[in-house]
Amino acid sequence: MDLNFLDFEQPIAELEAKIEELRYVGSDNEINIGEEISRLQTKSRELTESIFSNLKSAQIAQLARHPQRPYFLDYVQRVFTDFEELHGDRAYADDQAIVGGIARLDGRPVMLIGEQKGRDTKEKVRRNFGMPRPEGYRKAKRLMEMAERFKLPILTFIDTPGAYPGVGAEERGQSEAIARNLFVMSKLKTPIVCTVIGEGGSGGALAIGVGDRMLMLEYATYSVISPEGCASILWKSAEKAPEAAEAMGLTASRLKELGLIDYIIGEPLGAAHRDVDAIAEAVKQALLNSLEHLETIPIDKLLDQRYERMMSYGNYNE
Amino acid sequence: MNWFTKLLPSRIRTETSTKKSIPEGLWDKCNACGAVLYRAEIERNLYVCPKCDHHMRVSGRWRLEHFLDEEGRIELGENLKPVDALKFKDLKKYKDRLIQAQKATDESDAMVVMQGHLKSLPVVTAAFEFRFMGGSMGAVVGERFVRAVKMAGEKRAPLICFSASGGARMQEALFSLMQMAKTSAALARLSQQGVPFISVMTDPTMGGVSASLAMLGDINVAEPNALIGFAGPRVIEQTVRETLPEGFQRSEFLLEHGAIDMIIDRRDMRDRLARLLSMMTHKPTP
Repeated sequence: MDLNFLDFEQPIAELEAKIEELRYVGSDNEINIGEEISRLQTKSRELTESIFSNLKSAQIAQLARHPQRPYFLDYVQRVFTDFEELHGDRAYADDQAIVGGIARLDGRPVMLIGEQKGRDTKEKVRRNFGMPRPEGYRKAKRLMEMAERFKLPILTFIDTPGAYPGVGAEERGQSEAIARNLFVMSKLKTPIVCTVIGEGGSGGALAIGVGDRMLMLEYATYSVISPEGCASILWKSAEKAPEAAEAMGLTASRLKELGLIDYIIGEPLGAAHRDVDAIAEAVKQALLNSLEHLETIPIDKLLDQRYERMMSYGNYNE
Repeated sequence: MNWFTKLLPSRIRTETSTKKSIPEGLWDKCNACGAVLYRAEIERNLYVCPKCDHHMRVSGRWRLEHFLDEEGRIELGENLKPVDALKFKDLKKYKDRLIQAQKATDESDAMVVMQGHLKSLPVVTAAFEFRFMGGSMGAVVGERFVRAVKMAGEKRAPLICFSASGGARMQEALFSLMQMAKTSAALARLSQQGVPFISVMTDPTMGGVSASLAMLGDINVAEPNALIGFAGPRVIEQTVRETLPEGFQRSEFLLEHGAIDMIIDRRDMRDRLARLLSMMTHKPTP
C-alpha cells in the first residue's frame, strides 16, 4: 500500500507504480516503451478522473484531512507577499494553532488569520494539531479589530478539527472566546472573506468564519461535529462515521446547494496536494474576485447584508 | 439514607437505594441527596431541594411562568415549527425524533419565549427546554431567540435567557452551527442599542449554546452547581487522558475563573435580577 495515496486511490497508486517500473526498465533498455508509458499515463488520468468524479462524503473528509494537504502557511507563501506575522493575545499566550498577520494580496494590504496544522510531529505538537485554545481566538479577535481600525480587509482560512477540548482551555473560557468572536465579527466595519481550505470543524471553525463571503475548496469539509463524533453520539458507534458524513452533508457541493457557502474553488485533479501551486493560484483569484466585489459595496450596506445573511440561516415553518 | 430509615430496625428497613426514581405521586426524591420529599413542598420551593439546596432541572415553560409576574405574559414565536430540511436519519429519522420530543414535552421545539414583567419591569425572556432533544439549538430555537432579541430591542426591554442545552442540534447539521452566528449577531445589535442582556446558565449549558448566546450576557449568571462548558467532560477526559479536577466546569469553578459574574439561588432569582436590571435601566428598585 502506497501511503501517498488514500485507500480508495489504491488503483491509481498501482498504475503509477507500474509506470515508474516501466520508466526504470526503459532507462537501461534499448526498446522504446515511451508509447506504453504514455498509454498508461492516460489510463491513470482517466482512472483518477473517474474515481474523483464520484467521491463519497467520507472520502472527501479523508481528502480534507490528507497529511499532504496544503495548510494555511502554504497559501501565505504562494498567494501573498510581505507577510509579517503578529503574535499573542496580549493577555496570556501566543497560540500557534492560529497564525495571524498583515500581508499584501496583489499589492493591497490585508489582514490574514488562519488555523494552522503541523506538518511533522514536532510541528504538529507546537500547533496543537490545528486545535486552537481561547488565546488563539482572542489573538484573532485582536487582529481583526486592528484590521477594522486600519481599514484592512480580513481574510480568514479555516482548517481545524475543532476548538481544543482541554482543561486549561475550559479554565480560560473557550466558550466565551468563541462566542465573543461571533459577536465581534458580525459587526466589524471591514470586508471579511472566509475560506474553508481543509477541515471546518464546528465552533472552532465558525469562530473565525463569520463574514461577507464564504469560499470553500472543492474537497474541504464543514460541519457541526466531526463525522466520528456524530456517529458515536447518534449511531452509538464511531465506525458509522461514513454514514454520519453522508447524512450531515458536509461537502462543498452540498453546502453550496443549501446556500451556506457562496463559491467553490475547484481543486486540481487528485485534490489540492497534487498541485499546490495550481490551487494557490485558484485561491488567489477567488480572493481577488471576492474583494473586488465587496469593496464596491458601501460599508453600512455590507454590514446590513452580513447581518441579514446570518438572520436567514435555518429552515422552519410558520 | 435519611433520618427516618435510620431510625428503623435493620430487619424492617427496605433497600431503596437501587431504585432509580419514585413513580409519579405525592412524593419525590432529590437525586442529589436522596431525600424523599413531599412533591408540593418541592414545587413550592421552586424545585430546589429543601434539604441540600440541589437545583433540580425544570422545564422551560415552568421556568418562565414562575419567573415572570403573573399578569401580562405573552408568548412569542410559538407558531414556529421545526422542519427536517436535510431528511436527516441516524438510527431514527429526525422527523420521528421531533414528534417523539413534541409528545414528551408538549412543546414544539426546545425554546419558549415570553414577553412580560419582572416585578413590574417590562422584560423579554427566553428559556430552553432541556427535555426536548437535550435542549439542542436548531433553526427554531435560533429564530425564537432572535425574535426575543428583536422584541427586546424594539421595546427597549431587558432580555433574560435561561439556558439548558447540550449544544447544537446535530440533525440540522451546519444549519445548527449557523444558529450560533445568528444569535450572536442579534445580540451584538442589541448591545449597540444599549439594552441589557442577562444570561442565566442552568444545568447543563454546553457546546454551541455556551459558545454563543449563553456567554454573551452583559451579566452572566449561573445557578448553583450547574455544568457549564464548551467540551463535554467525557470528551476532555478522553483527550487529555487524566481525571478532571474536582468541581470542573461547575458554576463555582466558572466564577473562580472569571467566566461568570455571580451565582444566584433560584429562590432569589427574581429579586436579584430585578434589582440589577432596575439599576442598569435607571429605574427605582421594584
